[in-house]
Amino acid sequence: MTTPQPRKPRQRPSFALGKWLLPLYTTLALLFLLIPIAYTFVFSFNDSVKSNISWRGFTLDNWTGVCNAQDVCEAFGNSILIAFVATVVATTLGTMIAIALVRYRFRFRSGISLLLFLPMATPEVVLGAGLAAQFLGAGVQKGLGTIIIAHTMFCISFVVVTVKARVSSIDPALEEAGRDLYGSPAQVFWRITFPLLLPGIVAAALLSFALSFDDFIITNFNSGAATTFPKFVYVAASRGIPAEANVIASAVFVFAITLVITTQVTSTLRARRMAAKS
Amino acid sequence: MAFSAFATATAAEQAPRRASKVALLLLLPGIAYLMLFFLVPLFSLVITSLQAPAEFGDIGEYDNAFRWENYTTVIGQYSAQILRSFLYAVLATVFALLFSYPLAYFIGVRARPYPLLQKLILVMVIAPFFISFLLRTLAWKQILSDESPVVAALKALSLLAPDAYLTGTPFAVVFGLTYNFIPFMTLPLYASLERLDTRYLEAGSDLYSTPFTTFRTVTIPLSMPGIVSGVLLTFIPAAGDYVNASREFLGGTGTTMIGNVIESNFLISLNYPAAASLSIILMAVILVLVTAYVRRSGTEDLL
Repeated sequence: MTTPQPRKPRQRPSFALGKWLLPLYTTLALLFLLIPIAYTFVFSFNDSVKSNISWRGFTLDNWTGVCNAQDVCEAFGNSILIAFVATVVATTLGTMIAIALVRYRFRFRSGISLLLFLPMATPEVVLGAGLAAQFLGAGVQKGLGTIIIAHTMFCISFVVVTVKARVSSIDPALEEAGRDLYGSPAQVFWRITFPLLLPGIVAAALLSFALSFDDFIITNFNSGAATTFPKFVYVAASRGIPAEANVIASAVFVFAITLVITTQVTSTLRARRMAAKS
Repeated sequence: MAFSAFATATAAEQAPRRASKVALLLLLPGIAYLMLFFLVPLFSLVITSLQAPAEFGDIGEYDNAFRWENYTTVIGQYSAQILRSFLYAVLATVFALLFSYPLAYFIGVRARPYPLLQKLILVMVIAPFFISFLLRTLAWKQILSDESPVVAALKALSLLAPDAYLTGTPFAVVFGLTYNFIPFMTLPLYASLERLDTRYLEAGSDLYSTPFTTFRTVTIPLSMPGIVSGVLLTFIPAAGDYVNASREFLGGTGTTMIGNVIESNFLISLNYPAAASLSIILMAVILVLVTAYVRRSGTEDLL
């Protein structure tokens, strides 16, 4: 009778907020985040004449004739071109910096870290106005070239951060082994370092592409007469967006989300298989 | 791997090698690029901010000068917009934090045993990034517009006065800013909550602390790095944003932010010195706030 009762096992504290409350909240929050995406998708099928504001019935015409809306496709093509060039340049320069930062010790290290951090801590409107002021002072004609210069600039820091994490996870002993086996520096880089770095580089490139493709604020200051997809949308916003813009945005969305889900699912499954093996 | 134990031991001991020509060659192009297209533009912004109108010039022609009055002029003229920018940015940051924390907690802690679910929710959080920022904002404009069923429903439920409207109000702008920057808040919060050791939480409850006390004294401090970077990643772009607040999107005449003023001065009225001095003011205030905030919360290594 007087023997002390064994203490009841305590509930896991993570469940203390209520078993169903947090999952319910998460579901609602995710639905909320997806509302504008659903809206854009639905209105890409809207049978509208010019401005795509109210629902006028279902049609596939916007999807089959995307390039009927003047300038939408040209703006989209420009955005792809700009994002591609900016991604290639920023990923190359950023990867080189990331390797140097992790592998070497040198003076001005903290200065360089600050130089890499500041562009990310500067509001886009300041970055855009600064470059535009510089182009103005130097008498440079604004256009596709100046947009590419601007996009490369703000992508570099994001590439460095992304690739740096990957470089630090590579065991330098692997490279050393390569050198011990008489590999030339180039051979060691291309056959050992680069393949190990590749997932980080791919992630950085995708991030750069996405940042460049969707940038409007910096572009607006440095585009001159050239149009990009976001700039097209901004200009069209006052008179109504053609449904074709929703088509392009939805198509880009479907493409990107498929890509991301496939890579995420395959990497998770691979990790699970590896875990099962060991 | 037979050598793995040996290899990791040397890896741990290995310090970065001394600078060499290789390091210089690796750094030079990228650093030169940032100097040329990030640092020099900041200096040209400072120079532009001190310019005076050219004596016999047209609109948009300026001479280099040291007109410090440019700063006092814009502060006097646009103090309302400057204050409003920081107020809206603070509100958006607070709402984004309140919205994101439970979400990030669920993904990072509760969903931990289910990696696939975790990743799928993460994809849904970043999904808005894959639709143009401007189209997302326009979608909200339509959803919150006077003719929309949402507003009609709110009026029918008497949650909104019959003659009330949402678009063009500060509410709509702060709402848009919050929505657009939620992923920037959720991701860093998730990253730090994902590393949270739940045994600390169990220890807390073993020591008879209420869930709330555990949350306040264990969970929040341990997720502080995530809170700091989330707040910075939301606050900085929100303070400079001019899309949400502009009249074509969610704003109205009374919601103009500093970004809108910089844009219109630079691109429309060609008043470059005013645009430049406002940019420098924005940049300076943000740097001061960021430094103070980072010092106070003690997360100094952000990169």
